[in-house]
Amino acid sequence: MTVLVWAEHNGISLKKSTRQTISAAQAWNEPVHVLVVGHQVSAVAQDAATLAGVAEVIQVDAPHLAHVLAEDLAACLVEIGKDYQVILANHAPYARNALARAAALLDVGMVSDVIHIEAPAIYTHPVFAGSILETVVNTDAIQILTVRGSAFSETAPAPVAHKITERNAPKPQGLSRWIREDVHASDRPELTSARVVVAGGRALGEQFNTLLQPLAGKLGAAIGASRSAVDAGLAANDIQVGQTGIVIAPDLYIAIGISGAIQHVAGIKDSKVIVAINNDPDAPIFQIADYGLVGDLFTLVPELVAGITGATSH
Amino acid sequence: MKILVALKRVPDYSVPARITPDGSDIEANKIAINPFDEIAVEAALRLSTPQRPAEIVVVSIGNLASQEVLRHALAMGADRAIRVETENSLEPLDVAKVLKAVAGWEQPDLWLLGKQAVGADAGQTGQMLAGLLGIGQATFVSALEWQGNELIARREVEGGTETLALKLPALVTTDLQLNTPRYIKLPNLIAAKRKPIETLTLAELGITPRQRIQRIKLENAPARTAGIKVSSVPELLEKLRTDAKVLS
Repeated sequence: MTVLVWAEHNGISLKKSTRQTISAAQAWNEPVHVLVVGHQVSAVAQDAATLAGVAEVIQVDAPHLAHVLAEDLAACLVEIGKDYQVILANHAPYARNALARAAALLDVGMVSDVIHIEAPAIYTHPVFAGSILETVVNTDAIQILTVRGSAFSETAPAPVAHKITERNAPKPQGLSRWIREDVHASDRPELTSARVVVAGGRALGEQFNTLLQPLAGKLGAAIGASRSAVDAGLAANDIQVGQTGIVIAPDLYIAIGISGAIQHVAGIKDSKVIVAINNDPDAPIFQIADYGLVGDLFTLVPELVAGITGATSH
Repeated sequence: MKILVALKRVPDYSVPARITPDGSDIEANKIAINPFDEIAVEAALRLSTPQRPAEIVVVSIGNLASQEVLRHALAMGADRAIRVETENSLEPLDVAKVLKAVAGWEQPDLWLLGKQAVGADAGQTGQMLAGLLGIGQATFVSALEWQGNELIARREVEGGTETLALKLPALVTTDLQLNTPRYIKLPNLIAAKRKPIETLTLAELGITPRQRIQRIKLENAPARTAGIKVSSVPELLEKLRTDAKVLS
């Protein structure tokens, strides 16, 4: 029995969430293979080959996989994954897109957003916006699941490099065509894996960026936004934190001018420390915040920026 | 042109869900159309233009109560509805198989589904259906328009967006940013009562559902409790440095 992890990468190295997924894959106590799909991704394969808990790396390299489409990735997962008993990946857009398609093609069910693997085939995952945890058993012959990376520790580097096997890519499916991507260039850490996140609500208005950027800069933090801030056009949807956006679990989360709607709390409640700054003393966010500060955001945030001397501790 | 939209009846997301006293099920008081599906209906209505008129058919799987969500979509402007009768809650793969069977009858050019159903939050059905049909897919879509014979879809991905062109037939799942569903006027609500709802059975579609994923237990997620209020920025910084130890 072998376990296959689909690796999400940036063309050079694995994403942190993939290293966390490799840790999750150890629950089966079986060899773990990492599947690297892309074009000219030898560096990624090398990176995967030098991680603990990896028995072998499977590299599928072809020009049409440079910007991988769900149809092509699912075809790879079916072609290669059909010989495995477990296929898993981090619960993020590309994996969610392709794994469910592959599951249907393999005629098996799938469990999404697993935060705990109790035993092989027994998983706990949040439902109802994270308010309830459901534990299920998947009775299918091939187990397909996405895991919440932040719920698992990162795998460590390995002393010796593991074997890399190249496999041919299935033919291009030709059902859709990649046109472009618009990724916001940022020197800040990724929202999903940042140790510190500062997020703003609609109350910040036009000063959303001018208020948050200096704070994020000093803390080395990623910037997030509430749904209402996104709906008001203050921030891009891809930084929306909450049930309908991105679920995060940083060491420190600072909510500024965010009231704390149920769907927002669902996205932050696994943070280690939550700080809330709001001018409304009755804002629901204070019911879950470790430290609450009531007052005018537009004076408190600059004061906070001025008061932070060093970097965040590690 | 024919567009099929799949609808699910889900608990109202603004009402907290509770585990039943025996711990076996989840009780959710109010029931409504899945908000992502409502966006899918709106998207279908907007894709139907005088140059490219579309017949819009809405499909739901469930008991008689599912008619409510179908009527809602008909009142928004969908042309007709299909209800696939079952008392059971089907897993995503069986839902996809049922919808594939419906596609066999209806031969749609385009499928629109919500990106996930509120409650189960799995987000699998659209991708599974596209896979079973062997058609192209764009999931988590926040912008959608025709360009010649292709559908241009902008997807929400980590850190930004990705834009794809889909050949028809194709399948799209909708994100919240795609549109704001229209407000239903009373005359449309009344008119929707005269629109046809066809009922099919799983047997007619040749589907025998199978439970693959079985629930073992439910528990409430550990709740966070309120911490303390601090009175000033210096006090906050002090707490973060010495108590929480997240700042140096």
